[in-house]
Amino acid sequence: MGLSRTSTGRKAAETDLPGIGKERNERLIALAGNPNVGKSTVFNGLTGMKQHTGNWTGKTVAGAVGRCRVKEKTILFADLPGCYSLNARSAEESVARDFICFGGADRIAVVCDASCLERNFLLVMQILEAGGDAVVCVNLADEAEKKGLTVDIAALTARLGVPVVSMSARKGKEAFRLLPALEEPGEARVSIRYCPDIEHYITDVSALLCGGGQTRREARFFALRLLDSDPEFTGRLARHLGISDEDYGTSRTLAARLREALEGQPGRSAVDEIAEATAEAAAMATEGIVRQSGRRKAGQSRLDRLLTGRVTGFPIMLLMLLCILWLTVRGANYPSALLSELFASFEEAVRGLLLGIGLPRFPVDLLCEGVIRVTGWVISVMLPPMAIFFPLFTLLEDMGYLPRVAFNLDRCFKKCSACGKQALTMCMGFGCNAAGAVGCRIIDSPRERLIALLTNSFMPCNGRFPMLIAVISMFFASSGILSAGILTLLILFAVLMTLLVSKLLSMTVLKGIPSSFTLELPPYRTPQLGRVLIRSVLDRTVFVLGRAAAVAAPTGLVLWLLANLPFGEGTMLSALSGLLDAPGRLMGLDGVILLAFLLGMPANEIVIPIIMMCYTANGSLVEYTSLGALRQLLTDNGWTAVTALNMVLFTVFHWPCSTTILTIRKETGSLGATAAAVLIPTAIGFLLCCTVRLLSLLF
Amino acid sequence: MRCAMSEMKKGEEGRIVDLKNKGDIRRRLMDIGFTVGTPVRCVGKSPLGDPTAFLIKGAIIALRAEDSAEITIESDTERAVRQRPWD
Repeated sequence: MGLSRTSTGRKAAETDLPGIGKERNERLIALAGNPNVGKSTVFNGLTGMKQHTGNWTGKTVAGAVGRCRVKEKTILFADLPGCYSLNARSAEESVARDFICFGGADRIAVVCDASCLERNFLLVMQILEAGGDAVVCVNLADEAEKKGLTVDIAALTARLGVPVVSMSARKGKEAFRLLPALEEPGEARVSIRYCPDIEHYITDVSALLCGGGQTRREARFFALRLLDSDPEFTGRLARHLGISDEDYGTSRTLAARLREALEGQPGRSAVDEIAEATAEAAAMATEGIVRQSGRRKAGQSRLDRLLTGRVTGFPIMLLMLLCILWLTVRGANYPSALLSELFASFEEAVRGLLLGIGLPRFPVDLLCEGVIRVTGWVISVMLPPMAIFFPLFTLLEDMGYLPRVAFNLDRCFKKCSACGKQALTMCMGFGCNAAGAVGCRIIDSPRERLIALLTNSFMPCNGRFPMLIAVISMFFASSGILSAGILTLLILFAVLMTLLVSKLLSMTVLKGIPSSFTLELPPYRTPQLGRVLIRSVLDRTVFVLGRAAAVAAPTGLVLWLLANLPFGEGTMLSALSGLLDAPGRLMGLDGVILLAFLLGMPANEIVIPIIMMCYTANGSLVEYTSLGALRQLLTDNGWTAVTALNMVLFTVFHWPCSTTILTIRKETGSLGATAAAVLIPTAIGFLLCCTVRLLSLLF
Repeated sequence: MRCAMSEMKKGEEGRIVDLKNKGDIRRRLMDIGFTVGTPVRCVGKSPLGDPTAFLIKGAIIALRAEDSAEITIESDTERAVRQRPWD
């Protein structure tokens, strides 16, 4: 749901819901639920939209924390990643499960989708089994109403014994309906009943633990998880509940014995019995609660027929991409030019003023050419495309189109022994590769997740995107539609390379067959146009301005010093770029460009400013007002169409930025994988550039 | 009539009678509602023919053919498959 400062960069990897700074006397409420039920919408509604705007594709993969003020008190809310059950199978689901079991929340609010209540109740029943009191929040009531579904909240409350509220969190203040319910006491009247074998076993384990200080509910939950969960989790659970090693060992033997006994009978297993009992309990709890009146509307399937149709699916996907890129290039043109002019005249004014009051030339140049010019570049070239591209992309995401992209493309990923959800992590990569790397948690299979992680940086992130637009419009395209076309081809090429490398990886070091997966296609929802646009544009602006202040201004200062202070025969920058000139030329670039990419590792936004700085230090440009002037500067320094093409290719395929590298290190926990994530794109970029240069020499 | 879920055509409806999937995916399928007795409806295939989307317990879930082939369906004869204009 748009990038925010908390969903990108290093922060994206860090919010893993640890002890989360809960203050004394403050209540902690965890929001749990299936994916796509609007947990984050409820969360945003309660905590104010500044707190957290979700991760890139609207998937909360790491969780977030925010506060809500009620009269004198504050309530701390934790937004958990979506999960279908407490039986975690992917990294994001373990975050949710562990928080529900060990997070120390005072209460759990389970958010449900009114349109598929029964499915959602599988999780509700499990959470009630684990904790006894929870609040059930039936969200998306408006959507269900449109489908002719009504949920009998009173009957559900009476049946469950815990507070139930109905809301449409997307509508203004309705999320606040949750607050009074949180105050109401509750004790679950429903529970999951298992087959006699399992119930006997639970009694045995409870008897064994008797006197250990665990409640009956805790003992029951513990016994059940011994049957169906991984030992790492049950070990933690045992420690958490204060179960002695001896009792833990004995209960495990009991569990193993039961598992064996059940598996000895045809068509039975402990896991199946538990899953079936849960499904039955969910069906019983929701039976007769949802009433269908009137027909389901056909709009959804019509839209799906178009967007995932055999003939129309792919052309529409391409057309949408082209359209978004065209709007971005076209729309950014004017504000970009305006901002550059503004900064140029500001620089001029500051220079005049400072020189006028008699300051020496050196500090004035440092401020004007170093700080103001680099900051000006970052803001004027980066901000407008970002402020247009991301809101548009967020709209697509908000209406539920992105999972359809994964649905359409899955066959391609399967052919490469990868997961279709990789398409989603690639979309996240558009925003920020670090966020994309964290997003790979949605992929269940560790092998496929690693493939997605290693190839994520092939998607140009928001730091590189405007750079591509700038170079393409300077050298290859005079009109907006042409730029957009070239960009679309470039992105297609990057997707192709992603598939190719995924294929190569799964044929060599990451051998394996495509694993099973399920992909939920949420209903299309009318995007919250105004809210998305305002929030996304604001987020972008704040993000880019923040980056400009934090990165561009200080690096501008340092760079100018490096470019202008004498060092040996030239300057530090010229010495460094001289060293890199040979490999740079080999790749059809030059030393300056290569140096810029190296120095731009903390933030790709500053790559072009570094190039500018190096070239201007040679004395050929006095002022920079537009892309035209920049183009002149570049061609004066030997840029040809080949240089520009290689620049574009290398922008897409080179080492990830330092934040992404750190994130990959954290996500994989392996130095080897991190090294591969750096080397693979670099090698591809190098080879591509060399090939282009060779071809250009031949023809 | 019984058939594998992967053989369902767009618009067809049926009830799950058997689930042969093994390992992690088995529990995952059960967690999202694929249990014996549950009605499913085939919503359509992806443009490249795989995966296929199914409507189950009010949600649309896409499965690859390898996985849906392991699920056996009993066609609902009472609710004969009506081809509606938008299917």
